[in-house]
Amino acid sequence: MWLRVWALFLRYVYLHKRSVVRTMEIFFWPVMNLLLWGFVSKYLGRLAGPGTVTYLLGGVVLWDLLYRSQHAVSLSITEEFWERNIVNLFAAPVRPVEIVLAACGVGFVRALVMTVSSAFIVYAAFGFNILAMGPSLGWFYLSLLVFGWAVGLFTMGLIFLFGRAAEGLIWGIPFLIQPLTAVFYPVDVLPAWLQPVALCLPSTYVFEGMRAALAHGTAPLDLLLRAAAGNGVFLVLGGVFFAWTLERVRVKGALARQAME
Amino acid sequence: MDTDQVIGVKGLTKRFAAVTAVDGLDLDVRRGEVFGLLGQNGAGKTTTIQLLLGLTVPDAGDVAVLGLPLASRRREILARVNFSSAYVAMPSNLTVLENLTVFALLYGVRRPRKRIMELLELLEIPDTARRVCGGLSSGQLTRANLCKALINDPELLFLDEPTASLDPAIAAKVRRTLKQIRQERGVTLVYTSHNMREVEEMCDRVVFLRQGRAAAQGSPAQVRQQAGRASLEEVFIDLAEQGRG
Repeated sequence: MWLRVWALFLRYVYLHKRSVVRTMEIFFWPVMNLLLWGFVSKYLGRLAGPGTVTYLLGGVVLWDLLYRSQHAVSLSITEEFWERNIVNLFAAPVRPVEIVLAACGVGFVRALVMTVSSAFIVYAAFGFNILAMGPSLGWFYLSLLVFGWAVGLFTMGLIFLFGRAAEGLIWGIPFLIQPLTAVFYPVDVLPAWLQPVALCLPSTYVFEGMRAALAHGTAPLDLLLRAAAGNGVFLVLGGVFFAWTLERVRVKGALARQAME
Repeated sequence: MDTDQVIGVKGLTKRFAAVTAVDGLDLDVRRGEVFGLLGQNGAGKTTTIQLLLGLTVPDAGDVAVLGLPLASRRREILARVNFSSAYVAMPSNLTVLENLTVFALLYGVRRPRKRIMELLELLEIPDTARRVCGGLSSGQLTRANLCKALINDPELLFLDEPTASLDPAIAAKVRRTLKQIRQERGVTLVYTSHNMREVEEMCDRVVFLRQGRAAAQGSPAQVRQQAGRASLEEVFIDLAEQGRG
């Protein structure tokens, strides 16, 4: 099993080795995003006080982590459709769980590279030290990574279900989550009827925890535990949905047809 | 158990909405033979291959491959089978060597580098090893895809139009290589092609599909004789016209 997971992971290592564009993509968008938000935060810091800068930049770095993790997982399968390689993969003795593990591994590495490089940039350009979040940072990283995997699995399932026409969801779904998950503002800013929806997302507890950690050096344990529990639920739901869509495309005979679209 | 039977299919049926793509098909493919799956576009050839690889689930019928039930032992079967199609590709931005390394690991091949170099030599494309697949000619790409299809030394190989888009010289070279592989390794080939001269040259037995059903079956000579025609191409045209009528 692990040899096949390694083989699928290696395929993405080769892809990044061969494609400067794909490798630069890991850095380009996060850096541009950071610069934009960094300058906005600096300006807002002048109006509202320096605390604004840290909350906004912390939010940008952690949001990008979630976004890249989801992206890496969903793009890994889409890449196989683009390359007309999906049938080769599914005609090989590969289990769906092996494809998922390899995609999550790619997500882990891409998110790690992106987070480390972002941390350097925000420190060098705006004097924001991501380590100011304290020991909770590791927990935030893991929580957002896992939630990104879960959303990525859900997105992959939708791509299997609706074909390549649904590819736009890879970029669209995170932006459905972003306004609800309190990245740049606390949950209580949201209208009362929307707050229960926000509290269903594990990432909301991470961003609330981040603000607490930046203010007090540590995040309340109950927030971290709620994020972990929510991630468990979303990961199981994402996995079940992905497995269900895979079976459905086999019944509909849609795999090869989608590969040739 | 019949150990010489590589594919045993009974009553295979697949419907897509109102269209019945494969309709109660029975097949019996024997070890070491080249079996041609023929018919017009939309006759059900590709769907049949997808059903035999477990990429699509049938609505009815039993499929046994290499003596094992496909429904319950698919992964075990896929480890001993392989597949190449003119419509499926390896990633274009990886080199031939990188792509074949990935597939060698997926199929659990021991000493993958040695195996890959042997296959590249066999298909006469060793100089493509470090070139990206997107930069190969269609002849080189087809042969690289065949290397992938042979990477696990399969007992059964599905070839979906393996010589489509090749020039006659390269197509002849590919056919020679396939014959050599069959002779040396005893691999069973399931072959689809629209080139009936190629089919007569390659196949021991054929089945003509029309609207998902077996319209004619036997050796190329038997099929020609039963239809009272001089070539498989004429049989093909007759069946196609009957289908339209």
